[in-house]
Formats: sequence, structure tokens, C-alpha cells
Amino acid sequence: MASQDTIRFISERCDGCGDCMTACAKAKGSASRVAIVAGSDGGWEMALCRQCGDPKCVANCPAGALDKHRDSGIVDWFKDLCVDCHLCTVGCVYGGIVFDPAAGHVQKCDMCDGSPACVPACDKGALEHLSAAGRLHEIHADKEDMFVPGLSACQGCNSELLIRHTMRRIGRNSVVAAPPGCIPGMGTVGYNGQTGAKMPIFHPLLTNTAAMLGGVKRQYERKGRDVTVVALAGDGGAVDVGFQSLSGAAERGERVLFICVDNEGYMNTGMQASGSTTFGSWTSTTPVGEIGRGKSTDGKYLPQLLMGHGCAYVATASTAFLDDYHAKLEKALEASRTGFAYLHVHAPCPTGWRFPAAMTTEVCRRQVETNFVTLWEFTPEDGLCFTRGVGRPRPVSDYVGMIGKYKHLGPAELERIQASVHRRVEVLQGFRRRSTAAG
Amino acid sequence: MHARYLIIGSSHAGREALAAIRMADPQGRLVMLSRERHRPYSPTILPYVVSGRSDPRKVGLGSVAWFAENRAELVLDAQVVAVDADARAVRLADGGCWTYDKLLLATGAEPVVPPVEGLEGVRYHVLRTLDDALAIRARAATARRAVVLGAGLVGMHAAETLAGAGLDVTVVEMRPHVLAEYFDPRASTLIRETFERHGTHMMMGRRVERAAGVETEACRLGLDDGTELEADLLLVAAGVRPALRMLADSGIATDKGILVDTRMRTARDGVWAAGDVAQAPGFPTGAPMVNGTLPEAVEQGRIAGMDMAGDDDLRPYLGGIPLNTYGFFGRHAVAVGAAAAPAGDGVEVVTDEGDGYCRIALKDNRLIGLAAIDRVMDAGILWRLIQRRVDLGPVRDRFLSHPLETARALMSRGWR
Repeated sequence: MASQDTIRFISERCDGCGDCMTACAKAKGSASRVAIVAGSDGGWEMALCRQCGDPKCVANCPAGALDKHRDSGIVDWFKDLCVDCHLCTVGCVYGGIVFDPAAGHVQKCDMCDGSPACVPACDKGALEHLSAAGRLHEIHADKEDMFVPGLSACQGCNSELLIRHTMRRIGRNSVVAAPPGCIPGMGTVGYNGQTGAKMPIFHPLLTNTAAMLGGVKRQYERKGRDVTVVALAGDGGAVDVGFQSLSGAAERGERVLFICVDNEGYMNTGMQASGSTTFGSWTSTTPVGEIGRGKSTDGKYLPQLLMGHGCAYVATASTAFLDDYHAKLEKALEASRTGFAYLHVHAPCPTGWRFPAAMTTEVCRRQVETNFVTLWEFTPEDGLCFTRGVGRPRPVSDYVGMIGKYKHLGPAELERIQASVHRRVEVLQGFRRRSTAAG
Repeated sequence: MHARYLIIGSSHAGREALAAIRMADPQGRLVMLSRERHRPYSPTILPYVVSGRSDPRKVGLGSVAWFAENRAELVLDAQVVAVDADARAVRLADGGCWTYDKLLLATGAEPVVPPVEGLEGVRYHVLRTLDDALAIRARAATARRAVVLGAGLVGMHAAETLAGAGLDVTVVEMRPHVLAEYFDPRASTLIRETFERHGTHMMMGRRVERAAGVETEACRLGLDDGTELEADLLLVAAGVRPALRMLADSGIATDKGILVDTRMRTARDGVWAAGDVAQAPGFPTGAPMVNGTLPEAVEQGRIAGMDMAGDDDLRPYLGGIPLNTYGFFGRHAVAVGAAAAPAGDGVEVVTDEGDGYCRIALKDNRLIGLAAIDRVMDAGILWRLIQRRVDLGPVRDRFLSHPLETARALMSRGWR
């Protein structure tokens, strides 16, 4: 089944003006299918069809008058078959299909054929039309998955999602280096003489990944073959132990795409701290007890260091914003034909960071919404550009509060984290070229 | 013949189970037996077939393609007459036999025919199958006077339809109120009065004692108060009961229906039951109840299918809650939970007839039931508020004055 569009409601931005409802009613010539209602805490809440994956309204219909469209994902309502029994409304817990007395039958959102009228009507930005999943599906679904089924990543790990997306795009004409870390640990390099990937993949040392890949690439170039070489490394293999060879390869401008999947520690060997582990984090080597309060220093911010190497392309990414990631992957691949390309992808770890496995994407999103993670790209020509605005961040406590590894933190420590988030954003803003900064 | 999964019954519970099994087990042989000659349909659609609103050719719920996609086999005209849970086999009326690893009984309900002297000698209708609906529709085309025995959902739907077709309709109900299993007396009265305004004779608290045929197909009925009624069309809609006959000597425990636990398992290994035939734990006490509504059939069917296929994501049944929506003469009524619960004994009732009718029953500041007429309500949200025992204390006054908006806000907050 295809991935499908949805409309997201950002309650904090809603002021209850009702413009979305006016726009819907106007577009549909009937009662609004989106309803904004007052919440109990002075805020606003929304009732709208979620176009469920397993829609109860459809299951409850005795007349076959509701059906989820196979491609668009829209739950369609057919007036001719409907008998006005309203059993669909019994199935819906979102208030998404509702009797409209004026029309004399139930009404529901149909996403306005792909461009919902309510979304642009909201000038507060409280409604977002999320269509990336559908678009990415359109582009990538038919491409070959380069990894075997059944990789044994922890439940909720986004690294598997990331490497499958990445290698689906890059394809077979590639060589992958996966240094020690979660990615080979989940079986990509294989077990017992079997491989977990359909392209050549090897397991370098933590210390020599970038050097080996550079050599592989040069040998192919010597043979006249155009092969993409990719490192799928963790933060240990990039920020810490792997840094020397990475720095050297970047400085030499090796034609390599180096992807660091950063889960802020050595998570597959027992959750030890790495150079990337952020201030205050509990790890097994930065414990919390009578004296210890988690990691006492800030994490090293590798993407900024790579920018200092003048690489052909450097970017940060989050799997909550996969369309942004795919756009950067395209640019990185192009850049790696002439120089060193580096992608730094944030990978919150449910197992090591202590949060529920189902929350990973929400955690990723919250990292970005609080500016704990910023999304940007850098080229020597254009300098640094943010690919998602850093204005109007949520307080960093909204992110920290979701994560078990921070649960011991007090107000003073939270303040320090908030201050370092502000400082980093200011520093990054300083790297913007004046021409872009002015724009 | 052998099936890994054998489902008897092709309506909502069976369908939902089929889909749930396929979510977890894409391979195991899955066979659905239906006693019908028609393709699967919902009994709920039948009043609309009688009225002509639904085309009988378009009421099918499982297309050939749908079964093919789910790699499920549908066997029509397969009347199961016996279940042998020891041998894991079912026997058909035509002598055929199916063995199974896992069996779902989703056989639904059958009409109750009350003991009325002489009834077996006259021509009467019931409304449970598509053939029943077509027969009533054909008869209504020439009949002038109709009598409906029973003012439950089936009887009321049919009465409205027959009145709409121009017949002179009388409804005889032995209880004092219409739709008494869902609505409180006041709501029932509002519904009954609407029928009376549209010319239907509503004889409440009366019982038909005798029936006798007259020339042609008409019959004469004698009521307990001495009234005599003549009918060209007699519809017996005195309720339904779970279809259990095939279970004699099966060792499957039954009471009013087939007794099941919160995973829809019966007392015998390898046998599940769901939908109108099942008697599952009721909400909130867990006391077994037959809760024959379409949404419950869907819920129970899904749970049964998940358990049959060993789906780890199964969440046990939270208990049956009565609920229904009901449209009549362009008006709409909804009842969720203990909507007719009388006040007292900790139950607080707030009734508002300002703009339509709304009756809210609370206990310990938690919603236990709500009935409404001509008021827009999200029945699904109310259902969930009852099931989750959501504390309405902080929003109590708002909920009582604006139940729709307040319930939406509570649920929106929950899923955001």
C-alpha cells in the first residue's frame, strides 16, 4: 500500500480563528469537515478525518458506501450507496465523519484532491499538509531494497529505515563500508559467511574507514569504473575513533560519500559515551549517582568540523524530515563525484536513550522543533544554508523531557542545555554567507 | 476438505476476522462458509432493500476480487448442521464435511417467533436475510394493510418503510416503549410520536394472542385487549437470538449465546465465536452479554481473527457497550452505553430538550451513557469516553452544556 498524505494540526499555533473551517465550507459548499473546538486549557483542538490505515468507519458500513482508496489513501464516501444509518460515526474516535443536518447525510474530509483548502487558509501555520511520504513512495517504491529482510535492529531504530532509503536510491553500483557499530551489528555485513546486503559491503576498522574507502574509490577510478563508495558509520566511527582517517580523507578531497548515523554513543556495545554524547546524558560510562550527573561536557559537533575542512558538501539531516534527507542525499551523491561529501544524520536510540520504541520519529521531530538538531547544508560556494527555519523553536525541555537518559536533570542543567542550543544556532547563523543572511 | 482457518458466517464479524487473520498469516488456507446463495451482505442493509433505497444487486460486501486479494475461499450455500470440536470438523446439510485447525463461529442471529396461537397457519414474514427482504418488498407492492409485531430496530425500520410505500401500518409492541433496549422512556416517546404523526398506529403494551388466516394471503390478529386487526402483510420482528442449533452436543458452552472470553475463545480449544452469536463479557462488570450490534461484531471479529492467527498486537476485548444510531422520517437518534439508566444509586442524569433532545448519564463524573435525538454527536468518541472511563470532573459543566465540542476536545488531546 502506498504511503499517504495527511494533515497535521499544531495546536500551539492555533488561535481558534476558524479560517480553516470557513475555507473548507466554502470549498465544499457545505458544513466544514474540519472542526476547531476549545480545549480545556485555553488552547484549541481539532476534529478531522485522519484517513486511517485501518478505517473503522469502513468496517462499520453495512452498505459498502465507504472505502479506502488503494492509491490515494483517502477514505472515500459514496452518496449513492449510503443509507444514512450513521454507523460509521460509531466507528470514528476522531470526529472525522459527522452527520451534517443541512446536507442530510454524513460528511468527511476528502483532502480536496491533494491540495486541502484548509491548509493555506491558516496563516498561523497550525495546519500542515504532509505529503512527503506519498511523494517519496512514488519515486522510490519500485527501486530495489538493497538489504535482506529481517535485519535485527532494535525495535524503533531509525538507522535501518535510513540505510534502506539510502541504498535503495544509490543501488547496486556501489561499495559500502560499515565500520563497527549498530549498522553491521544489525546484520548488514552478514553473519556466518552470509551477507545481509545485495551490494558489496565490507567491515573496516573503526579507525580506517575513510582511508580504505578512498583507496577503493581510487582503484576503481584507475580501472575506469564509476562506482559510488559509501560509508555507513556510527558516531564512534566518525566523531571519535574514526575521526583521524575521516579528517584526512576530507582534507584530501577523496571522492567518497561518508554518512554518519549519530546515536550519540556506543550503543551496540553497552551504551558507553562517545565524543558525540551530549551534556547531561546518562550512559554506562557517564553514570548518574551521588556524584555523577551524566556527561559533564558538551558533545563534539562534527558537521561543523567537517565544514571547516571545506568539503564539497556537508549537511545534517533527521529521519523525521525524510524529504529533506533525500534532497540532501542527491546533492551529496553529486558532490561525491568531485570531492568529499559528508552527511550527518541524527539517530535517537530507543534502547540506549530510554524512550518508547514507537516514539522515535516523534523524538526526531522534537529534536528539530526545539533546535536541539538543526537542519542545514554547506557548500564552499554558498556557505551554510538552513533547510528548515530555526525561528520559533519550542523550549528544549519539550525534547529533553521525552528522553529517559535526561530524566535526572534539574532546572540548572536544563538551562545550560538551552543556552548551548541557542549558542550553537548563533554560531551556525554566523556561517551563513552575507548574501543569504540578508535574504 | 481441510482449512487452517474455517469461518462460518459471512457478515461483519466473519469479514473482519478474515481480514485480521490475513494481516498476521498471509499463507494458511482460509475458508469462509456461508449458508446464503447470495454473496455476503450485511443484515443491517435489509430494511433499505425493503424500501428500495438499496439495490439488492449492490449490497454485496465482499467482491470476488476482495476474496482473491485476501487469498480466501468463499463457499456459498453451505449450511452447517453440526460442529464436532473433538474431531475439529463441521458437517454440512448436504453431507459434506470440513475439518479445521481453527474455527470461528460467526453465524449471527435468527428471528424469534413468539408463541402466538395459530401463527404457524398464516403467512408471515421475518426480516433477517436478503431473501426475506425481497419477499417483503414483493408483498408490499400489493398489500394495503401491514401489521408489525415488535418495536425494535427491525420492526421500526420496516414500519417506516411500509408506511412510506403507502401501506396502512400498525405496530404492536408488548413493552410500553419503542426501542426500549436503547432509549429511555422520554426518547422512546419522542420517536413513537413521530411515527404517530406520520400516520402509523402504535399499539404499545399490547400482545397478539391469536392469528388466523382469511381468504387470499391476509390474516386476522386478536390482541390481548380484544382488538382485532387485519393484515395483508404480517411482519414478525419480535427480536433475534443467537443461532446455536448446530452446536448441540458440541461441548461448546452456551447460555443465551456462545460464551466467549476477552479473546473470543469458546470453552473448546480451536473454536472462537464473534458477533451476534457470541455472548462476550459486558462493560464494565464483565458479566456475559449478547450485544448484537454491527460495531460490536466488527470489534469482536477482529479480536477473534487476531487471536486465531496468533497476532501479538491483540488487545483483549474491553467489554460490550450497547450502542446504536437510528434514523427515522429524516430525524436521527443515537444511543451509546447505558443511555436509559435511571437516576439514583450514584447515577446522575442531565436532560436537555433545548435544541433537540439530549440525555446524559454520569456516574462518579464519568460518562456511562448518552442518548440524543436531532443533535449532532460523535458516537465513536462517546463510546471511547465511556470505555476509557475518562474523568469528566475538570470539564463537567462544559461537557453537560456542550457535549459534542467538549468530547471532541478531550479525544483530540488524547491522540495528538
